[in-house]
Amino acid sequence: MSYLNFQALGKQFGDFVAVHDMNLSIDRGEFISFLGPSGCGKTTTLQMIAGLLTPTTGKIFLDGVDITETPANKRGLGIVFQSYALFPHMTVTENVSFGLEMRGIAKTERLERCRDTLAQVRLEQFSDRYPKELSGGQRQRVALARALVIEPPVLLLDEPLSNLDAKLREEMRIELRLLQQDIGVTTILVTHDQEEALSMSDRIVVMQEGEVSQIAAPLELYERPASTFVSHFVGKTNLVQGQVTALNEVGINETRLKVDTGQRAPGMAVQISIRPEKFIMSTEEPGLKVYVETAIFLGASWLYRVNGSLGELFVTQPNTGSARYTKGDTAWLSWQEGSLTLFEEHA
Amino acid sequence: MGGVNTRLAPYFLTAPGIVFFVALLGAPMLMTFLLSLHSYDFNTGIQSDWTFANYIEVLGDSYFQKIFGRTFGLALLVTVICVLIGVPEAYILSKMSSRWRSIFLLVVLGPLLISVVVRTLGWALLFGGKGLLTMISQALGFGDAPVSLMFTFTGMTIALVHVLVPFMVISVWASLQKIDPQSEDAGYCLGASKLTVLRRITLPQAMPGILSGSIIVFALTASAFATPAIIGGRRMKVVATAAYDEYLSTLNWPLGAAIAVLLLVANVVIIASYNKLIERRFAKVFE
Repeated sequence: MSYLNFQALGKQFGDFVAVHDMNLSIDRGEFISFLGPSGCGKTTTLQMIAGLLTPTTGKIFLDGVDITETPANKRGLGIVFQSYALFPHMTVTENVSFGLEMRGIAKTERLERCRDTLAQVRLEQFSDRYPKELSGGQRQRVALARALVIEPPVLLLDEPLSNLDAKLREEMRIELRLLQQDIGVTTILVTHDQEEALSMSDRIVVMQEGEVSQIAAPLELYERPASTFVSHFVGKTNLVQGQVTALNEVGINETRLKVDTGQRAPGMAVQISIRPEKFIMSTEEPGLKVYVETAIFLGASWLYRVNGSLGELFVTQPNTGSARYTKGDTAWLSWQEGSLTLFEEHA
Repeated sequence: MGGVNTRLAPYFLTAPGIVFFVALLGAPMLMTFLLSLHSYDFNTGIQSDWTFANYIEVLGDSYFQKIFGRTFGLALLVTVICVLIGVPEAYILSKMSSRWRSIFLLVVLGPLLISVVVRTLGWALLFGGKGLLTMISQALGFGDAPVSLMFTFTGMTIALVHVLVPFMVISVWASLQKIDPQSEDAGYCLGASKLTVLRRITLPQAMPGILSGSIIVFALTASAFATPAIIGGRRMKVVATAAYDEYLSTLNWPLGAAIAVLLLVANVVIIASYNKLIERRFAKVFE
């Protein structure tokens, strides 16, 4: 049963189409990410859901009710802004209780609910501080508490982790996801960070230039990207140009690769995508002969740039405790069947 | 770099500035203070004795008390009116599109671009017995009696507000610029109406600007000279014009000096304690 629903949602600023004809249906309790590069329309969409922007076309339904014309202060959605947008002149408790105060809830209940929510985000002992006296991560959790305390039907997160340092960001991903599953609140996350989207979401909506490129669960999105844009944006990939030479065979220079070509006729120009970690690198034949150009140590893995008959490729291999390949070495690449994805050239 | 040189460098670098201030500000102020400690005789001029008689005279005389009262009353009133006019003005400016904003910012700053004497004489033309104000009132049929705001408290207040509002607008505008616009959005989304957001979110964040603007307006009004001299005249004396008259009309320089010193001290005390109050209130809240 669909809980939040967009029908032909669109937004135009003058001649610029920020979001075009977006259709999406989100289930109750689902965690959805809008993923895309800056300017793809993801934040515009979020602001339309929040009621901060009026859509040019289309409708938004929440639990079967058309909320397209409902002003932001009547929608009652929880939002965490990228800058956190805390009220600097109010203490943590005052910040969190503001939404309850606007709902006319009595002071004792207000304080009780603030305390509970602050406990959920582990900030009980900071309740009397001002935002200025908190660290970035703490401010982020205050913003989260302020959005959650009003028990919103939908929680909107606008790049909430982008101002945190890398380590804290990873911790917060897990914490946020656990909290969301615990409360069961329907959540929409806007992000340009594919790792964030992959690790937290039930489903990901990839957007590009105001259009939805693909809607899929994280694993499916990663394994079966619908376009070269998605395969590039979600995870790293190697793209090589070639053409169909026979049924289930693609030629790249002199090399022939076995790929599922479907109904595509021989002679058609195509692109083959293969993710760096799908390669199996070996010091012995058989396989595709390549020369190691660079070896970069990443801790948990090695990143190699290799050159061979397919051109330059990036290869990732897990770190097994010793440096197996160095510059100038010869190696042979193989992969499991189904690791290659084929796109038509224009895709 | 030698240790001694490095340590002394700041003093050498600030020396020109310090010399400038000591020579042109410190020395005259010290001399004014010393002058105020002499007595004055109408026949023989300034005496070489040392006395606090001038201070006792100014503080004890109801004539001077009234002038001091009027000055700080005027300063307070002008400050309050500047807040009431300047804060909404700054808020509207901050919400304007950038093209209109630059035009209106110029309009707001206009009074500062005109010489104080010319501007004040302009007001005198409006306020005078045969001025525009009288002509309008007569044309509208409010009787033939001339309406004059010359030599009145109201006239001084209007003319001073006119020239000091820009300081308030600039000061409030600067603090409005620092507000995260998303904090207003956050307020709406939490269920607040536009008016509540303005009252509970925007205005409190603009408070530092309002308070510092008040200090500027208050200090400038309390020590204003040209506008009270022309609009207020001899009938509506303020402290600055009273000191001027003691110097140039009565020629009682020591008494004029005592008045000037007292004005400075009162101004410094009021502003410093107000500033302290603000700092205590906002130190935790704003960077």
